[in-house]
Amino acid sequence: MSAPPSPDEGLTAAELAAKYGLSVSGARPSLSEYVRQLWDRRHFILAFSRAKLTAQYSQAKLGQLWQVATPLLNAAVYFFIFGMLLGAREGIPKGIYVPFLVTGVFVFTFTQSSVLAGVRAISGNLGLVRALHFPRASLPLSFALQQLQQLLYSMAVLVVIMMAFGSFPDLSWLLVVPALTLQFVFNAGLALIFARMGSKTPDLAQLMPFILRTWMYASGVMFSIPAMLADKNWPGWITDVLQWNPAAIYMDLVRFAMIDGYGSDFLPAHVWAFAVGWALLAGGVGFVYFWKAEERYGRG
Amino acid sequence: MAELKKDGPRVPTVIADDLHIVYRVNGAKSGKGSATAALSRILKRGEERGVRKVHAVRGVSFVAYRGEAIGLIGSNGSGKSTLLRAIAGLLPAEQGKVYTDGQPSLLGVNAALMNDLTGERNVILGGLAMGMSREEIKARYQEIVDFSGINEKGDFITLPMRTYSSGMAARLRFSIAAAKDHDVLMIDEALATGDRKFQKRSEERIRELRKEAGTVFLVSHNNKSIRDTCNRVLWLERGELRMDGPTDEVLKEYEKFTGK
Repeated sequence: MSAPPSPDEGLTAAELAAKYGLSVSGARPSLSEYVRQLWDRRHFILAFSRAKLTAQYSQAKLGQLWQVATPLLNAAVYFFIFGMLLGAREGIPKGIYVPFLVTGVFVFTFTQSSVLAGVRAISGNLGLVRALHFPRASLPLSFALQQLQQLLYSMAVLVVIMMAFGSFPDLSWLLVVPALTLQFVFNAGLALIFARMGSKTPDLAQLMPFILRTWMYASGVMFSIPAMLADKNWPGWITDVLQWNPAAIYMDLVRFAMIDGYGSDFLPAHVWAFAVGWALLAGGVGFVYFWKAEERYGRG
Repeated sequence: MAELKKDGPRVPTVIADDLHIVYRVNGAKSGKGSATAALSRILKRGEERGVRKVHAVRGVSFVAYRGEAIGLIGSNGSGKSTLLRAIAGLLPAEQGKVYTDGQPSLLGVNAALMNDLTGERNVILGGLAMGMSREEIKARYQEIVDFSGINEKGDFITLPMRTYSSGMAARLRFSIAAAKDHDVLMIDEALATGDRKFQKRSEERIRELRKEAGTVFLVSHNNKSIRDTCNRVLWLERGELRMDGPTDEVLKEYEKFTGK
């Protein structure tokens, strides 16, 4: 078969690609295109997070009951150590220490486990990343969403504890919704940041538990920051700065919303502004930072 | 490189331009594996610490056209699967570029499935992971289950996948993966598993997929199946493109090389 010489003769690969409208495989889409792709995958993100949540306890005899039992046991351990043995209750009105502590543990665990899941989101799912095409941010976001669903189980436990200690549902409980929504945005941002760092340096998975534990002890999970520093004679702004730490902010907001007797005098100044600010900062920075390396996930 | 016949306007669908793929493996550097050895490696600055590089694909260039079925051959570890993944855009290139028409897809969904979930939920999860919509999955659900033949021996689809025999699991995985239509399709032969009856069914399905797809890549160690289905063959050896041309020519050389 003889044919006229192809008009494509002598074109370089790039010119040939341009002529027929081919695009670079695995190139990073623009930020707006990336958001659109993620939105298209929303069902996958949700299904993946729920699948992970279910798979977690599917081999246990008690099954999904552990979703509730795990946070409950966690709270019991902290209550035994810090409430009864060490007596870290100073400055907190009698009768609200247990709800104070349990709220702190649950809310901090939400952030903590989002970060830990984020570190492994890419590096622990390389098989998935190398086999299928989807915006990689689906993975850290899905893990953050899984933690949110886990938190909802904890919140059910928390409601029972609150009522057992004399705080009953009222209008102020509604504030929990914006507080946890903002915290979720903050967590998702952190998960994205650590997913990129963890994909490059899997060693972070070993290191992060220690950093997170330090953060927990500094955030007033089991003690009240202002009460702790009250007799230290330090300038007031130090207390404010410690209380402006995002973990402390979200814990205080949920406590303020739910516990009767934990009034606004426990909150730092501009607390809602900081709650919004941290969420937007972590969410925005995290998303862009993760997107910047989109085409490089899966190597190594 | 062998010249190919040029008949009519040929539309390229995949262009690989001097493609290099390098894997980085942590903790595989030769030397003592003890903690002190690792520490001394960290202290000694220099090239990347504790990381070994594997140069899996070295400078491969080719142009694939619409309507071609291309076989990839070569001995184990010659970089065939790696090349496929790079074309699909799943492995970033160290150097060089791959241009593609649309989004090529690799027939492989295994990684998205979870052993602790029921087959039912895995069908949905796998479909979503491949980018199908909920409606598409719902419409194809029964087809997928019937094709896998999982329910032939009772209601297994509602049991967790970890309770399946390896053959059953492989069948379900293939059925999910093959449920979607693709533009540029890549098939790693390892997917076609299961008993005789199922293999026949899956071969048929692959032929169907080929008809629907614009360009097909097939990795196989079975020269017969390459001869049956491909009109062009790329022969990779040690990550380099050793030969590229019509099926018969390349296979003849390859068989000479492997000493058949």
